[in-house]
Amino acid sequence: MTTRPAITTLVLLLSGAVALTGCGGTSKNSAQTAATAPGGTAAANPNAAMKQGLKITFLPKQVNNPYFTVAQTGAGKAASAIKAELKATGPSDASASSQVTYINTAAQQKQDGLVLSANDANAVAPALKTARSQGLKVVTFDSDAAPDARDVFVNQATAKEIAAVQVKMIADATGGSGEIAILSATPNATNQNAWIEIMKTELAKPANSGLKLVETAYGNDDDQTSFQKTQGLLQAHPNLKGIVSPTTVGIAAAARYLSSSEYKGKVALTGLGTPNQMRKFVQDGTVKSFALWDPSKLGYLATYAAAALASGQITGASGEKFKAGDLGEYTVGDKGELVLGPPTEFTKDNIDQFDF
Amino acid sequence: MAERLRGFARWETALVLLLVLVAIVGQLRTGGAFLSSGNLFYLGLDIGEIALIALPLTLVVVSGEIDLSVASVLGLSSALIGELWDAGWTLEMIVPTVIAIGALCGAVNGLLVTRLGLPSLAVTIGTLALYRGLALVVLGDRAVADFPGSYTRFGTTPVPGTSLPYPILLCAVLAIGFAITLHFSSFGRSVYAIGANEEGARFSGVRVKRVKFILFVLTGATAALAGIVYTFRFSSARADNGAGLELAVVAAVLLGGVSIFGGRGTLGGVLAGVLLLGGLRNLLILDDVSTEILTVVTGLLLLVSVLAPSLTTRIRSSSTGRSLS
Repeated sequence: MTTRPAITTLVLLLSGAVALTGCGGTSKNSAQTAATAPGGTAAANPNAAMKQGLKITFLPKQVNNPYFTVAQTGAGKAASAIKAELKATGPSDASASSQVTYINTAAQQKQDGLVLSANDANAVAPALKTARSQGLKVVTFDSDAAPDARDVFVNQATAKEIAAVQVKMIADATGGSGEIAILSATPNATNQNAWIEIMKTELAKPANSGLKLVETAYGNDDDQTSFQKTQGLLQAHPNLKGIVSPTTVGIAAAARYLSSSEYKGKVALTGLGTPNQMRKFVQDGTVKSFALWDPSKLGYLATYAAAALASGQITGASGEKFKAGDLGEYTVGDKGELVLGPPTEFTKDNIDQFDF
Repeated sequence: MAERLRGFARWETALVLLLVLVAIVGQLRTGGAFLSSGNLFYLGLDIGEIALIALPLTLVVVSGEIDLSVASVLGLSSALIGELWDAGWTLEMIVPTVIAIGALCGAVNGLLVTRLGLPSLAVTIGTLALYRGLALVVLGDRAVADFPGSYTRFGTTPVPGTSLPYPILLCAVLAIGFAITLHFSSFGRSVYAIGANEEGARFSGVRVKRVKFILFVLTGATAALAGIVYTFRFSSARADNGAGLELAVVAAVLLGGVSIFGGRGTLGGVLAGVLLLGGLRNLLILDDVSTEILTVVTGLLLLVSVLAPSLTTRIRSSSTGRSLS
């Protein structure tokens, strides 16, 4: 065989591969994907006993991520309360497709439930659908998968609650009057922008008429930039009474600047942060209160939801109720969504009870 | 020549023995789940893209070159599929277009290496960043996921009546083609000749630049094909798809017994290498071994694969009392 035929063969094979993809025109407009959700056909029995010895897999976005480590402790607490066997596993990188192998493995291991935070809503969907067709109950938390690929999604808090608690905290800290500013993440951050919009409507209410939002600055979720933007806000607005930073990076940088400046104690700061990064600023009086949902409660509720699904107490349909241990009763909302509840507020009094 | 073949037959025997060992240990540790048809199907899916790209890359490495841009070509191909699909193109148009662009990416690598005489390591580290960057330009951080089930089923369901994933079927067909090319054609003999001694090959009338150029183009086209497989398998077109996959492919090729210095290696060995890395990973995950250990084991295997051939060569040469100049 000479060079030419060999290469011709290869090119033919590659074109054969192309031909394998089929014939007839399929484009976005002609394709009609029938969206039928698998499962959910059986009726829920709210009085069914919680099964014991359930096998549940906990799959975070990536392992060794502090946020998910805390969520995992909550999941572990729930598992021991209901005598389930919890297995935590996961990829070391948070790329879109890295969780798929672990989803397939959970199905192979004949687990009863899978509790996961999806790296990519769509990339995990085919694997989740296959796993569900094999009897696995799927609960997403923190970050949802495509709704037709999971049974229940446990949302940390609604955008409205997150916005409302921040407005309430800044009103408390400033005494309800004066100029305030927002230090956000990036200008196109989906979550932050949604919260800021709702905060603006909250501020427009008569109860908050004393507060005036003078500027929204963007620290790009970068420590250095957020630090400089805080400095800029204080110089540009000498009458500034408070800063709201709805991002964990921003609030920590702003707190660091305030605590070492003349504005300490004069300009209030609040927003969303983690207790470990904010502890010393709460203790030294720079920050009176800030908020975040408790990831361990999130893991706890998600694990209970998986067990309730596997025990037949719920099927993921709207309006079904189940008891989630210490957290009390929850009702499944629209599109199979559960909401953990209002964010937890952290103050000098309770901050030492949290470690994340 | 005969001695060289014998030496490598030994490395490939070792790989097959290791595979058998993994299979036996797997069966015992998981109570039979490891070799169940369901798990073998997932294993096949997981190694599909790596096996595809490893085929042409084997030839590239045998010729003494390397292509680290393969995973970025995969990402670019995935991003293009998403963008063109959004623009209303038919998949029958998208697939050949994307493969052609993959071939073009390979051609750029090939031209830079052969015409400008730059080292392929440097060139393809550059295009690794370049093609990934282009993928981000094309699709940004968006994800396109509304592909029809009639296509995504090629990536999520087995060939009817078997537990064979479609990507593996595709890979098997291409593997036969590449094996014939590498082992039973004059083109393949020139690939070995170039890898063993480029100067010598040139003086013997081998068109070195042309051969290398063709290899890079084939690699680009196959990486784009792997991008199509990847996109349908996850039904998600994203610019960051397959990031870091080049290391898994290079690892499999080296573990398969291909010398990083060129001139040696077989396609069969590489396929065994792909299967061994994939099988071991699958087994460790199925057996609930932590991700950290998984990374350590993969790293050690890679080191062994690079060390073992050079050690055996050294031992053989010292035992026969001949030194390698």
